[in-house]
Amino acid sequence: MADKLLELLQQIINGLSQGSIYALIALGYTMVFGVLRFINFAHGDVFMLGAFAGFYLGPKTLALFGEGPSYPGAIAVLLVAMVVCAAIGIIIERLCYKPLRERPKLTVLITAIGVSLFLENGGQFAFGADPKSFPEIITDRLIEIPASWGRISELTITISQLLVIGITVVLLFVLTYIVMKTKMGMAMRALSFNPVAAQLMGININVVISFTFGLGSALAGAAGILTSIQQPSIDPLMGVNAGLKAFVAAVLGGIGNIPGAALGGILIGLTEALVVGYVNPTYRDPIVFGVLILVLLVKPTGLLGASEREKV
Amino acid sequence: MFERSKIILVVVLVACGVASPYVSGINPYYYDILISIGINIILAAGLNLVNGYTGQFSLGHAGFMAAGAYASAWLSLSYGDALGTSVWATTTAFVLALFLGGVVAALSGLLVGVPSLRLKGDYLAIVTLGFNEIIKGVIQNAEPLGAQRGLGGMVQHTTFFWTFAFAALTVYVVLSLVRSTYGRGFLAVRDDEIAAEAMGINTTKYKVLAFVLGAFFAGIAGGLYAHFKQFIHPEGFNFMKSIDVVVMVILGGMGSTAGVCVAAALLTILPEVLRYVSKIEALPHWLQQVAENRMILYSLLLIILMLTRPQGLFGAGALKKKKA
Repeated sequence: MADKLLELLQQIINGLSQGSIYALIALGYTMVFGVLRFINFAHGDVFMLGAFAGFYLGPKTLALFGEGPSYPGAIAVLLVAMVVCAAIGIIIERLCYKPLRERPKLTVLITAIGVSLFLENGGQFAFGADPKSFPEIITDRLIEIPASWGRISELTITISQLLVIGITVVLLFVLTYIVMKTKMGMAMRALSFNPVAAQLMGININVVISFTFGLGSALAGAAGILTSIQQPSIDPLMGVNAGLKAFVAAVLGGIGNIPGAALGGILIGLTEALVVGYVNPTYRDPIVFGVLILVLLVKPTGLLGASEREKV
Repeated sequence: MFERSKIILVVVLVACGVASPYVSGINPYYYDILISIGINIILAAGLNLVNGYTGQFSLGHAGFMAAGAYASAWLSLSYGDALGTSVWATTTAFVLALFLGGVVAALSGLLVGVPSLRLKGDYLAIVTLGFNEIIKGVIQNAEPLGAQRGLGGMVQHTTFFWTFAFAALTVYVVLSLVRSTYGRGFLAVRDDEIAAEAMGINTTKYKVLAFVLGAFFAGIAGGLYAHFKQFIHPEGFNFMKSIDVVVMVILGGMGSTAGVCVAAALLTILPEVLRYVSKIEALPHWLQQVAENRMILYSLLLIILMLTRPQGLFGAGALKKKKA
């Protein structure tokens, strides 16, 4: 009995750390959907670019903080990747999506698929298709739980797992603050509620949309670094699967809903970990999609999404 | 009694039959491209029914193709000789296998069509994509279908005749359907679902019909593919393959069958041309590099097309700017 409980706890911890990554990426999908009502298919590839930003700029940034891996250095690498991704996200929106703002959603969706394919294949061209080994920016090791705590000490928890969960929680708080307490956040919410009225109230929607893309892309960049700390092998196609899962997470939680995206990410991470641990790793993707379809059949707007009436 | 379209269909079928023995003698590389064009025409014309005419966004066409490919391959491998070993018997078995593939794919299309009643736009896109992954996942875990190893050993029954006969039939069925009452129904659902419903159109029926028919043709295409390549693998029917077909439909113009067929042919030939160009020594190095990275070109083409001509090369305006 105790063994089984311990194993379950272990799977939950694994699921939480993977789910945090999905949650961070899902937030970008959901925020962009909130203000523009379209799915930025290229978002998963921005996550990949975050990892590569860390790969190319990481060692130099780290060197500013002394020899070898260090926590301040790691935070600096994280911030650098976030800034790079924010810039990329804003550029993508300006070049590819802004000219299409008045067009039907399908046009924009197809453009987003094009941007995604471009980033993946351009990445393979620019970085090489073979996996790269991510530089060590923190010294990862097992956390030693005192034996006096009983059998819990048998759990394997790494520093990177805790770091991923911790940083995600911090970023979620920062995001909530930005969206709920700042003027820009209020503008974002207004735009999401009614774009025409928001414009009439003097909100510059171009600035708000750029800001939203920047914010979402920065979170994806952070996710790119965090995932690379755990699994140091990165390649230009790593964003495909992660992006898809995060998208599923955003839809599961109710797309356009910020707490929903976080909840969806965690749920998808947990589902994956439990399927891998108890069923069969090859059933991971079918089961995740099966859960999504079931939820959508019961509640087409996702777990926390509010239903929107179509105006005639 | 003899409509023009029916006469054209018969003429094309006869022409395919007459040409087939001659065509099969050409360079195997060109033959391979030719058959791929035919299969892609079937896939794209079928998807056009869903994405182009009915305005539903399906991203899971490769899943239906997989269902058809595996169902027909399984029937051929298990019961290919059940009717005897003469040419007629094996050919009949092959056609039956193709139809089984189509029917199995159509049933899976029905499964996807039902949730599509409640979902639209982006939600539908993700659900169809999910179904594609689920079908792939089920095959990857099914031992009788070769699981992760893939399935091989089918006899190469697919010829020029069968491929283009089915391509012609698909185009004929789609065109006839679109010109009928059903076609008006599809277009009404696409243009304004609420208005269509208010006019007494059973939108549910049309959406499911489009899905089932599109999936049926994808299943036939899958069967032809399986009996041409003689080896199928779950990864061959992934999300990227679905995107390939979607790009054909978009490039051709949503809701233009002729345009979609031309686009299917163009996009099948384009990679081969680029491959050829990348090997010409006389060309500047950068041009070879560009040609080698055909997917970059492909994606740029898609973005530029959407920015400048969203209705596709030949489309009539399914994606035209909406009036506010």
